[in-house]
Order: sequence, then structure tokens, then C-alpha cells
Amino acid sequence: MLRIAPGARHRVTVTVNGRPHSGFAESRTLLSDFLRHELKLFGTHVGCEHGVCGACTVEIDGRAVRSCLRLAVQVDGAEIGTVEGLAKDGALSPLQEAFRRRHALQCGFCTPGILISATQFLEANPDPTEAEVRDMLSGHICRCTGYEGMVRAILDVAGGAS
Amino acid sequence: MTGGGGWVGAPVPRKEDEALLTGRARFIDDMEPVPGIRHAALLRSPHAHADIVSIDISNAVSHPGVHGVVTGVDISAATAPIPSAVRVPIDYYPMAVDKVRYAGEPVALVAAEDRYAAEDALEAIEVEYRPLPPVIDPKAAMEDDAPLLHEAVGSNVVHRRSFRYGDPETAFAEADRVVRLDWTFPRYSSTPMETCGVIARFEPAPDRYTIWSNFQGPFILHALMSGALGVPGNRLRLITSPQSGGSFGIKQGMYPYMVLLAAASRLLDMPLKWIEDRLEHLTGSSAASNREDAVEAAFRDDGTLTGIRFLNVVDVGAYIRAPEPASVYRMHAASNGAYRVGNIDVDNRLVTTNRLPIGLNRGYGGPQFFFALERVMDAGARALGIDIAEIRRRNFIPRDAFPYRAPAGALYDAGDYEAGLDKALDLAGYDALRAERGRAKEEGRLFGIGMATAVEPSGSNMAYVTLAQTPEERARAGGRSGGLGTCTISIDPSGAVTVKTVSTPAGQGHATVAAQIAADALGLAPDDIDVVTEIDTLTSAWSLASGNYANRFSSVVVDAIGDAARGVADKVRAVAAEDLEVAPEDVELTGGAARVVGVPEKSLPFRRVAAKTHWHPAGLPDGMAPGIFETAILSPPGLGPPDERDRVGSAVTFGFICDLAAVEIDPGTGRVEVKKYVSVHDVGKILNPLIVEGQIIGGFAHGIGGALMEEMVYDEDGNPLSGTFADYLCITAPEMPTLDIGHVDTPSPHTALGSKGMGDGCSMLAPTAIANAVADALGREDVEPPFTLNRVWDLVAQGGEAG
Repeated sequence: MLRIAPGARHRVTVTVNGRPHSGFAESRTLLSDFLRHELKLFGTHVGCEHGVCGACTVEIDGRAVRSCLRLAVQVDGAEIGTVEGLAKDGALSPLQEAFRRRHALQCGFCTPGILISATQFLEANPDPTEAEVRDMLSGHICRCTGYEGMVRAILDVAGGAS
Repeated sequence: MTGGGGWVGAPVPRKEDEALLTGRARFIDDMEPVPGIRHAALLRSPHAHADIVSIDISNAVSHPGVHGVVTGVDISAATAPIPSAVRVPIDYYPMAVDKVRYAGEPVALVAAEDRYAAEDALEAIEVEYRPLPPVIDPKAAMEDDAPLLHEAVGSNVVHRRSFRYGDPETAFAEADRVVRLDWTFPRYSSTPMETCGVIARFEPAPDRYTIWSNFQGPFILHALMSGALGVPGNRLRLITSPQSGGSFGIKQGMYPYMVLLAAASRLLDMPLKWIEDRLEHLTGSSAASNREDAVEAAFRDDGTLTGIRFLNVVDVGAYIRAPEPASVYRMHAASNGAYRVGNIDVDNRLVTTNRLPIGLNRGYGGPQFFFALERVMDAGARALGIDIAEIRRRNFIPRDAFPYRAPAGALYDAGDYEAGLDKALDLAGYDALRAERGRAKEEGRLFGIGMATAVEPSGSNMAYVTLAQTPEERARAGGRSGGLGTCTISIDPSGAVTVKTVSTPAGQGHATVAAQIAADALGLAPDDIDVVTEIDTLTSAWSLASGNYANRFSSVVVDAIGDAARGVADKVRAVAAEDLEVAPEDVELTGGAARVVGVPEKSLPFRRVAAKTHWHPAGLPDGMAPGIFETAILSPPGLGPPDERDRVGSAVTFGFICDLAAVEIDPGTGRVEVKKYVSVHDVGKILNPLIVEGQIIGGFAHGIGGALMEEMVYDEDGNPLSGTFADYLCITAPEMPTLDIGHVDTPSPHTALGSKGMGDGCSMLAPTAIANAVADALGREDVEPPFTLNRVWDLVAQGGEAG
């Protein structure tokens, strides 16, 4: 079992959005802090650091996870997806487009985590009901929008609207 | 003449969104504006009230990675106290000096190589406290033998003023019915998803400070900050982050932390960054005020409201922190609400308690004010046996009375309140709801209907807070008035247009709307126009009222944008006219070109004409200044100083909102199910319907959260019990009721575009509309939000009216 002394830094290597990244982390360094301040990927936001608000949600090996509840050293070698990876070749994803069209974001601070969760959700459940969408969104807090625009946006994408 | 491309009013998707959706927008914690930044963490008091006997920082200073430690004694030596409009002997510093007055008050700051090390070192600071008895309840704090927060004041009541307009004594003496409600409105906060953040740098020779932050203004606070730091205004440079992750007023309350970090940067001689964490935000940032006491309404038997009396006890928390006591004076000039009542009595007492100091929060003073006024309207209707809609109809200011001067001085610009009410009744299916209520009553179900209406003051007069002073004190202090808006539009040598709004938005889409306005004026498309919304006090054109609060954007800033855009358009047309050999009035800007009216093929590209002002000054019309750098400084109408009878034109525009709620209460669980919620708005001319709808739903989310779930709870010892999002419950998607929105929009004569301020919206009314519906369902008036399961279940279990 790997042991890292207090204060010692350990090299962590991950793949983020298909590209290799590497940096140093203490044993206690949160994945959210590692992504932001070590890898300089500032798209992932931190809203509460206790696993409630969902703003820091990223994809780890195909699952949506709160990055403030993971340690960087736990994900050594993992495939990570963040908001920076959702648009392909400079084009917004259908979900991102729908968020824009439906005014599903205002300040946009919670949006990266919600996009990750919603993208994952739609892959697992391509034809959800509104109640299912709202249930999925209950893992996130947004203080600006009242959630209405994002519910419509996610249902748009599920229904194939563009 | 300009193009008028029809962008204003269109549902233009936001310019801001692509960067936000792709993770490329930059917030304060993403910024590293200078090299060598160290990271600060704050030690905060675990006691609500205690003397600081000693602080030993020696172990913290020698902790690995630590670069320095600062205590309140250091801060008090390096800064001056921060004053407020209430003249009481309170020396307020952003860090406790010899006494702590709320749990969460900063006691020491550690600067370290990263936040982890800084927080480690906090644990090595040894503070000896001598606990004092705390006082949490504002009524208890008013007692003669209550523990004193500020000994030099001699009382916890730090401010008291009484006001009367008309003849309230006679109105109450001659009333057919006086209805009194004792009420309490809880303390909550809109808790933006991004917390506050500050990067501060001190530089000597000459002494000056630069602070990067997500501060939202009002920039009248800049003067307090530079005063506290002891530098002239031009040596305190405030720069806001490109994006701010929500604010709703709360990021006004960070200015003491800006002073703290700036002073610490000087003391430790290094740039410092502090990002508030969520625990700090929920216990040490700021909150809306809890307010209580009573309201009395004098009615005639026909429901005419002839007099109203507000008895307000405002819990300001541990310090009265500027711009307080503004929260109790923001609505003051509109104390009649939407009604004709002319006899008004107001008694304001502001009380310090061992809780977090209050500040701006969405609706600022409105939720508390309308809770008193609109609850007593429903209670009065029930007492008189008049329908809750009908009693309002009988008291509304009629549509032909606008502009309407309210008794306490507000000038209501335009409105048709009765049409708004009718729209709400229609959208709600009011007759069917009443029938349902009748059926429910027969079946023993708890079903209730409640209403609430509001005027929405927008674009604040910087002088309204001086109502806290007597007319004599105001006269001695010198005149104050106004609420200036500024905007700069420049065209660079490439012919590209940049609009600087200095409006510091936190998600309200200012860049999009600014581009729409400028596009119409210049005959361009919004995509042709770049907008900078942040402020830099050293290089921007700004003034005291700058910032993002009090629904200021669509009531003031948009007209400054329009003025600046017209100035640019006039110049471009004049340049083009000479080259096209026509008079300037024969040139229109449309489709990206300056064209001769009626001869569309005779035109010049906009960019080329604009660029000429830089490239060829000798070729400009005689007397024309070269370049295009147009700054508009707008003084909105009607914002004069308070008069000797305490009347003041407090705001530029007054929108209108009419909310109607129907609820059913599950007696087994206490759950309040919102069966119907309708909200009708008058926002004047709609500038972008997507954004207006988003603001209305967002305001509703805050209001319904306050109605059903949210409260910043303290125990009797002053310990905050809602320090995490697991304890402070924000509303989530499955809990959001359906909102039916209607509009009866009357254009404002106070703005060039006809728009009114909006955004506070239902945040001011939902707690009241829901409370009224709960009161109706339970047949009792002593109901107080938040209507949590426990609280409502208790009310149901008690049955009938208590007391």
C-alpha cells in the first residue's frame, strides 16, 4: 500500500479530456484543488467543499463524481472528464447549445458540474421524464435560475430538439 | 437618425454563455494577477460574545509554509474604523480587537504558501477568551439589563427614528376597524454558489493598494474603504473579476474583508489572496435582516385603508455596518406600497445582537417590509369579510394617477395595478381556486389562498439612507442626492466598438443587453460589439452609485449606455455626412454602414468611418475632436435630497408585482404543497424577454426558498447552526413549484427606453404570499416563515387561533 508522509508531495498522473496531465499532490489534496490549482484547469468550480452543491462534479472513469470528495492521489491513472472537454472541435455540444438557447444559466458558476451530471444522465437515460430530470438535478444547487431553463434544456436534448 | 435594428426587446441569447458553458470564463479564484501571491486563512471566534484576553501566535508563525500572522491589534493600528450613517460610538474594524461579538468574527489572519498550510497554522494560534453572556433575540437585546455589545453606546438600540406622514392619529381614531399583527420575519441569505474572494496588494512609494475581487458595489463603499486604509481614492484601485458567480447583494458585505486583506498585505509586505469557504460564507459573510414587531392598519368597513403604522425592530447583528441602516430605509419612501393610503406612521429601532452583521440581500428590505404590509392586508380582508383581491382593488393607486407622489416622497413613475391584479386572477383561475377552497373546507382539508402585491423601487437615490439622520443632522452634514450612471463607448483605430458598463453583474446578462442597445443605436449587430462589464476604479468612468444592486441596470445603466451610444452615433454620422456630401440628419446607421436616407446605395462602412477619427484627424469636419471615446454620466430624474419633512424620491422606477398563491397543507406531515403560484409583473419596456423571464423565475426561487426552507439559525448561546449546505437548505429542482408568469407592462417615463428596474421580483413577495395562504388554510394569523415541516406540523397540531 502506498504511504505518503504528511507534507510530502506525490506525483499524480491522470488523463483529462483525453490529454495526459501530471502534477504533485499531498495525500490530503482534494481532486478539485488539484485540477484547479495544480493542473490549472479552472473550469471546474468549487461551491461548498462538503459534497452538497455539486458545482465541482467531474467525470471519473465514466461516472459523475464530486471532485471535492475525492483526493487527488485516489485518481492516479484515471480518465477524467471536465467541462473543458464537452465542446468538440470548437462546437458546443447539443446540451451546451440547449443551455444557451433556454437561458439555463445566469452566473454560470454551478453550470460546469450540472453539464457533467446531465451529460452522464442522458447517456444512461436518453428519454427521461421531467420528474427524472428534476431528481437528477436535486444533486446540484443553482441559486440564479430556479432550474426551469435547465430542465427545459435537458428535455430538449432528450427529445431531440435543436 | 439611427438604424433602430430592433435588437432591444428581442430574445437575444446571451453573449456571456459560451465562455461559461465551456469552462473558460474567469472568476476571482481563477485569477493570478500578480506574482508572489500568498494565501490567507482566517481564524474566527468560536464564541458569540467574549473578551479577548490574549492571542499567542508564536507557534503559528513558525509553522511550515507560513509567511506571517496578523491580529486585530495589528489591523486596528494600520486602519481607521469604518463608519456608517448612524452616528454612534462604535469603532468597527474588520477584525476583532479586544472583544468578539459574533461567532465567526475574524480574530487572526495567517498568510502561507497555500490555503492548506494557512489553515493548519490557524490551529496553532492560541486565543484566550473570557466568555460574556450573549444576546441573540433582538427584543431581549432591547431590555435594560441585556448584555451590551458596545459599552460606549450604552444600549443595544443603536438607532431609533419615528416618522409620520399625513394624520395617522386621526385615521386610527376614526377607523371602523384597526387590525394589528405581531410578526417576525426570519434571517436568511441568498448564498451565491461562488463565495467572496479578494486578492490584495500593497505597494509603497507612494502608498497604494490594488484589490481584485468579486465585489458588486455599491462603489459608495470605495470611499469608506479608502478612508479606512488612509489613502486618497486614487490610491485604492478596485478591480472586479470578469465574472462573478452570483451575489444577490451578499457580495456587498465583503468590503470589510477587502480592507482587512489590504491592510494585511501592507503589514506582511506581500500580495494576499483569500477565498471565503462555505462555512465562512454562512457564518461570517452577511445576511438579510431578521425584523419583527408589529403592524397596525386602520380600515373603513368598506375595506378602505385609511392609515398604516409600522413598528420595526431590526436585528442588525453585531455591528451596524454601512450601508446599513439602508435596509430599513430602502422601502421607506414607498411605505404606502401600491395603495392610496396617505396617513403613515413608522417607528424604526435598530438593535445589535450577537449575530452576523446584516447587509444587502435580494429585495433588500423589501421582503420584511411587504411581509408586514401585505400580511395585514390579507388579515384585514378576513377581519372585514372582504375578498383578498377586492380589498386591494379598492385601495390601489388608480391608473390615471401616475406619476404618483407617495406620502413619504417616492415618485411612482407608471403603473396599472388593477390590470395586474386582474391578470393574476385570470392566470390563477381565481374563481376555481375559491371553489376548491370551499370544497376542501367541507372535506376538512387545509387549503388556503394568499396574495401579495409590491412596488419595486429600482435605481436607488444615494441619499435615502440619510433618512437615518434628522433633518438637522443632514443639514450639518451637507447635501447629498442622486444615483449617477456611467458608460463609456469607444471605437479603436480598427473601427471595433467596445462598451464599458462598469455594472459588475453576477449573471444578469448585462453584456448582452448593453450590446443590444448599442447595436440599435449604431446600426450594428450585437455580435459586432464587445462589452466589458467589470470596473477598474483607476481607469473606468465610475461614480458612487456604480455597481449592481437595487435593480439598477435596467432603471439607470441602460440609459447611460443609450446616451453614450447616441453620442457615438452622432459623431459617426457627422463624419460620414461630410464624406457623403449630405447633412448629418440625412445619414442613418444601419446594416453596418452609414447610409444616405432614401439612397441606400450611397453608403460607407461603419468601421471605416469610425476608424477615420483616429487615422485622419485632418480630414474630419471642422471643429470635431478626433477619436471616439464617449463617456455618458447620467443623473437620473427625481433623486433629490430628503426634504425637511423626511420625504425623498428614493428610486428612479417603480415596477409592480402581484403574486397569488394557493397551498394545501398535509396535516399528517406539515408539508405545505404549493398548488398554484401566479406572479404578474410590470417591468416597463422589456429589453430582453429571455433575461426578464430568467430573473423572475430566479427571484421566485429565492422567495419560495425563504418561504419554505431557508433560515440562518442560531442557538441561544449564539452558535450558528446552519453552517453547511446540509443544514442551510437551498431549494432544489424537485422542490420548485410551477410558476405562472404574466405581464402588464407600462413604460416608464423616467427612462429613455421605458424600461423599469426588475430582478428583486418575487423574492420580496413569495414568503408573504405563502404565509397568507398558510394563514388562510389554518384559520390563524400567527404564522411565520420558513414553513418547514416541524413548524407547520406544530401549528396544525395546535389547531385554531393561538392567543
